[in-house]
Amino acid sequence: MTLVVRGVRPYGEDAVDIVVSDGVIVELAPPGTAAGEIVDADGLVALPGFVDLHTHLREPGREDAETVRTGSQAAALGGFTCVHAMANTSPVADTAGVVEQVWRLGQEAGLVDVRPVGAVTVGLGGERMAELGAMAHSAAQVRVFSDDGKCVHDAVLMRRALEYVKAFDGVVAQHAQEPRLTENAQMNESELSGRLGLVGWPAVAEEAIIARDVLLAEHVGSRLHVCHLSTAGSVEVVRWAKARGVQVTAEVTPHHLVLTEDLVATYDPVYKVNPPLRTAEDVAALREALADGTIDIIATDHAPHPHEDKDCEWAAAAMGMLGLETAFGVAMETMVVPGRLSWRELAQRMSTAPAHIGGVRTQGHELVPGAVANIAVVDPEGTYLVDPTKLASKSRNSPYAGRTLPGRVVHTIYAGTPTVLDGALA
Amino acid sequence: MKHLLSAADLSRDEAVLIIDTAAELAAVTDRSVKKLPTLRGRTVVNLFFEDSTRTRISFELAAKRLSADVINFAAKGSSVSKGESLKDTALTLEAMGADAVVIRHGSSGAPHRLANSDWIQGSVINAGDGTHEHPTQALLDAFTLRRHLRSGAGDLSGVRVAIVGDILHSRVARSNVLLLKTLGAEVTVVAPPTLMPYGVESWPCHTSYSIDDVLPDVDAIMMLRVQAERMQAAYFPSSLEYSRMFGLDSARVARLPEHAIVMHPGPMNRGMEISADVADSPRSVMVEQVTNGVSVRMAVMYLLLGGMQEEI
Repeated sequence: MTLVVRGVRPYGEDAVDIVVSDGVIVELAPPGTAAGEIVDADGLVALPGFVDLHTHLREPGREDAETVRTGSQAAALGGFTCVHAMANTSPVADTAGVVEQVWRLGQEAGLVDVRPVGAVTVGLGGERMAELGAMAHSAAQVRVFSDDGKCVHDAVLMRRALEYVKAFDGVVAQHAQEPRLTENAQMNESELSGRLGLVGWPAVAEEAIIARDVLLAEHVGSRLHVCHLSTAGSVEVVRWAKARGVQVTAEVTPHHLVLTEDLVATYDPVYKVNPPLRTAEDVAALREALADGTIDIIATDHAPHPHEDKDCEWAAAAMGMLGLETAFGVAMETMVVPGRLSWRELAQRMSTAPAHIGGVRTQGHELVPGAVANIAVVDPEGTYLVDPTKLASKSRNSPYAGRTLPGRVVHTIYAGTPTVLDGALA
Repeated sequence: MKHLLSAADLSRDEAVLIIDTAAELAAVTDRSVKKLPTLRGRTVVNLFFEDSTRTRISFELAAKRLSADVINFAAKGSSVSKGESLKDTALTLEAMGADAVVIRHGSSGAPHRLANSDWIQGSVINAGDGTHEHPTQALLDAFTLRRHLRSGAGDLSGVRVAIVGDILHSRVARSNVLLLKTLGAEVTVVAPPTLMPYGVESWPCHTSYSIDDVLPDVDAIMMLRVQAERMQAAYFPSSLEYSRMFGLDSARVARLPEHAIVMHPGPMNRGMEISADVADSPRSVMVEQVTNGVSVRMAVMYLLLGGMQEEI
């Protein structure tokens, strides 16, 4: 079967017909010339399918919030062709058995590559290293290891994990949060937290761990990935480490690129997230760092929660926000529309680099003949009105309800097969 | 005004109106029949997720003196009550037709959630939320200050007040800083640096790390309860050191101006932030604060529940 994405502009450049056969791009033909099953994309922009390095799919354990299938649907609608499922499930993804289960559920859903992330420590307990090798050599071929939600705060354990994963070219993705400095923390520590009477999550609790970890990574010659970097100070630390040649990569979430702590004054827990929303100065620094490459990628930290875990008072609420279906729109609004990133740079930040960090060989390819046909087709002129009741995700905790985001994901093609056509699941 | 959630919600005129109303209502307390028919047929629910006998009975008495039907709902049990219980409790109260909900909750912002959710329609009165605010305490303090220092009329222009103690965890301090500023007072918060909130320099008040520096220049000093447990979290080395550096004893009281009053929202830790002889001295207005609390809470309910049209 031959699929033709007709009249599309790869990276916003000259229009072509992208010809796909057997899951691979075989030709970039002059627009309107190729024959086959036609996907109309006249004037739209083609990018390599997005790769999310940080997704919570909640299965196994919290199928009331999300399943691998519903999360895959949300991902496809957001233009993603690959997601990395975080390990903080129940049971925790700390054995080959659990990661294989998640991987298999992903295969069965068949909408995106679901790449399980393995826990660094048993049960995310921060005390004993999980069987990282078994997970790496399982059918799931885990390459990213993270205790996300918890910090690997023991310096020796972190050092060992960084060293150990070198054997199979893995990477430790650190949730940088010094636990003692953030006990019972509810929001960014600031003048506002003092006024609202909410326990503060100081920036230094993130920055101190990142500083320690880049030095550890340098010392043992390992790769380090920093999850959801959220402060201007963290940017400075990573910039410094990169200048020294440390093998460190970093991600920023869409919400940290656009939302600020002021929203917490509503006490609406839809804005409760970890790391917390920070200040406008932090947001500006994160955008700049994503533009100049200090921050390598956008990762959603898609964190579904059932309604009752958000429809309550602030302190009782769960932390986290949905992100898969709105990530592209936020990236458009904050980075592409203001001219901070070109289309090719956006493709780098949302597809190529995350695929590379995660060791996913079939993703993030440049849109040229020979590439696996993972393609997001977007309309830069379109808009997307966020209506949480219409999301594919099982949960509704989007902080963008009622907001109109620029750009629209029109089609998503996963390994040569359309998963989304005209903004709806194919 | 439908709710009373934060002292910041009150303008100067609104605050003065509440205090003026409280002064009028206080006269009722002197009658042999201490009761007004104003809120007859209205239902006030005291929804207390934290134990606080004194605040609860103060609100209860205030509502009863206005002839409201009062229901006390003590949601005890787990220290952090699950969110579902706040919502479900609220829905239950709504179904029973509560006209006002007086809420005390351990979670900062819980009254805001209650007022801004679609769970209930009635008025919400914040009776203390986490480490956020306690606006009726600030109103009763303002009432007390005005009575002693401004002859019971107008606002608090020029009155100098020091608030000493665990500012970081104190909802009383937050509400007082906001309200007293609105009323024209000049406030200084005094605490060891560990018990100052982050960003306190942007608050509408002065700050000091020394009680001795501020003593000679205040018209009132408000001592806050300091929990001994704070010691375990390394906010200060020992109760003795705290007491030595920040406690109000008679030697320090002697350095206050002649007319200055000593306040405490209660409950006190005698021997910790305040010595027993100071607490029981004529300078102390703590018992009067309790009495004024009832009048101020009557005024708040009276005004929020639209009792304006009727005669006092």
